[in-house]
Amino acid sequence: MKRILSLVLAAMMLISVMLLASCGETEKADITVGAIYIGSQNEEAGYTYAHHTGITRAIEQLKEEGYNVNLLIQDNVPEEDAEVTAAIDALANQGADIIFGISFGYLGAFEKAATEYADIIFSHATGYASNETNFNNYFGRIYQARYLSGIAAGLKAKEVGKGTNGKYNIGYVSAYGTQYAETCSGINAFTLGVQSVLGEEAQVYVKQIGEWGNPTVERQAAEALINTYSCVVIGQHCDSAQPQIAAEAAGVFGCGYNSDMTPSAPNAHLTAPIWNWEVYYKFAIETALTDPANFMDKVGIYYGGLKEGFVDISPLSDNCTEDTAAKIDAVKDMILSGEWDVFSNVKLSFDEDGNVVKTTSALTTNDGKTVISEDNASYYVYETNEAGELTGNMTEVGGADTIDSIIKGSMNYYVAGVTDVTE
Amino acid sequence: MGVEVLTGFLYSLVVYNIPLLYGTVGEIFNEKTGSLNLGVEGTMAVGSLFGYLVGCWCNSLLLGILAAMVFAGLCGLLFAFFTVTLQANQNVTGLTITTLGLGIYYFVGHGVNKNLGWPSMQAAANVAAGWKAQPIPLLSDIPIIGKAFFSHNIFVYLGVLIAVLSWWYMKYTKAGLRMRAVGENPAAADSCGVNINRYKYAHILLGSAIMGIGGYYMALNISGEYLASTGWINGYGWIAVALVIFAKWNPARALLGTFVFGIFKTLEVYNDSIVAAFPKAFGWLNAIPLKVYTALPFIITAVVLFAGSVRKKSKSNQPAAVGVNYYREDR
Repeated sequence: MKRILSLVLAAMMLISVMLLASCGETEKADITVGAIYIGSQNEEAGYTYAHHTGITRAIEQLKEEGYNVNLLIQDNVPEEDAEVTAAIDALANQGADIIFGISFGYLGAFEKAATEYADIIFSHATGYASNETNFNNYFGRIYQARYLSGIAAGLKAKEVGKGTNGKYNIGYVSAYGTQYAETCSGINAFTLGVQSVLGEEAQVYVKQIGEWGNPTVERQAAEALINTYSCVVIGQHCDSAQPQIAAEAAGVFGCGYNSDMTPSAPNAHLTAPIWNWEVYYKFAIETALTDPANFMDKVGIYYGGLKEGFVDISPLSDNCTEDTAAKIDAVKDMILSGEWDVFSNVKLSFDEDGNVVKTTSALTTNDGKTVISEDNASYYVYETNEAGELTGNMTEVGGADTIDSIIKGSMNYYVAGVTDVTE
Repeated sequence: MGVEVLTGFLYSLVVYNIPLLYGTVGEIFNEKTGSLNLGVEGTMAVGSLFGYLVGCWCNSLLLGILAAMVFAGLCGLLFAFFTVTLQANQNVTGLTITTLGLGIYYFVGHGVNKNLGWPSMQAAANVAAGWKAQPIPLLSDIPIIGKAFFSHNIFVYLGVLIAVLSWWYMKYTKAGLRMRAVGENPAAADSCGVNINRYKYAHILLGSAIMGIGGYYMALNISGEYLASTGWINGYGWIAVALVIFAKWNPARALLGTFVFGIFKTLEVYNDSIVAAFPKAFGWLNAIPLKVYTALPFIITAVVLFAGSVRKKSKSNQPAAVGVNYYREDR
């Protein structure tokens, strides 16, 4: 009796397993996307959230176009090679066709995996490594958006007025300073934007907090900038909206980052530089779908900007001055048409009628050196001796549109008008 | 510039470190009755979240405070039930409360944010108004000190009041004496007719409720912006545990501990401001790298813990029975 029962049970199990297995074989996905996150996919704000939203939006758009896209996620993966490799292996075993890694520290593991899994495309955000067949990196010209937000900040500071030091004082809470080209180029672009309105009367105080995000410290740093240096506009390169909320509490103004922070600081926030990651993700997934063999030719090392819609500024709030929209649009047009770019060594200004004009003043660093280019491709800071003569020593500080400087991390100077109070 | 910087520094020092005082005093209540409660971080997180949500939804600062106390108190109740009634290991239970509390913070916070919409502090007019600074007449007119110490929101005054009252309660009341006896030598207290379990329960609950107010404070202090990655408490609960040792289990000394620790924490942000305002006297602060300032509060904590552990017990004032469960029939 027992034997019969066990036979029947075994048969039932076998049937149910087969039934379940056939259930799983629904229509096959056109492409399986793997994503490796540094944070949790359930976050509602911040870096991982921005990427996750970008990937899911891109997939939704592709689904509307009739593609069947499958998404696999490995989240909370720390920047350790063993952990990243394990995540990659897991995604590869589940049939991923393209794998995105969003954190800088994934670089080593991605580089290795690209040779190991030749039929999978690896795409790494914020990194600098790549190969010729299946491994690229992607990032964006957020400094273009920062320049535009700098114009809004400059116009607002002009309206509020000068401080007792005879300058228009503007603060900037930054995660880091010159040690990362990412933060450094952001500070310089913001400052140049401010200077397009205020010229040499602008003074930008940078305060580093030494980490990408710490809400309490971000807020205190903004408060310190306001009550020590009488800053009337607070820019930021850190995660939370606390600098904007501090600006609101102190009755001054600010430019956020990453998302429109107007709801957090309705009376203070002007506009924020923002990322549209889905622009890249859609492009990359679509290419991997249609023409994976030529991924590196078509997508390659991706460095999108305003033109691609990859970066932008959030809608101008009512706190902005009346002429802000027109002036930002004028500069935006110049960037979009390719006529001018932030680090092209040409400074912009606005004439009496509010029209944007190119100036002839040279780009100088805040320790008095001049940034010079001889071939319009590479830029150098020339050292001068005490008498002001060139010594012949020079340092390369990146190419014409800073792609090189960001990826190689060679931009390591502040433009004149920046004071880093942390250093 | 000097005046603004000094005022800003001291003001910041008070405003951003008062939660430590709540946490420390709360923990002292726990440890004085012989319970080493390592659940401060979690208890404060639970208090902060429910205090904020209830306060905003009911548009009442008082209900917010009550909710923070009740929900943090529930964490205390859980701790007391496990360690006093069930005689579980205190360290493990405390750590569990921390994990559980943070889990509840993220779980409930995420759920509310996603499904109900995050309530805004500004929209809850009574909460926003109640949080506004209430300058103390006359005292707040003193230059520098007035703005730095006497122009704060009610939570700052309440925290100081709680610390002083707790000190008085522990030192001068009969109940306070009994409570200390429970923490020093529960068997002796028991033989004198003190109900050990009742004292432990009451003070663990009270201490946890005080921690809850500190948590609520931290939520309001960043204007209630929901933080999905770092959370609101962000390590303050752990610092409070260390400050108890610095305070020598004395709530009044906790005030001192909070401010000494706060000086280092505030220097992290204000060091350059101080240099800019007083270049001659404090110019040397500039030579210290930012990383050192960031690490300093934690180095200080480690040093305090180390110094506290090598000091003789009689000098450190540590309750003799802290961390040890009391078995009545144990000999």
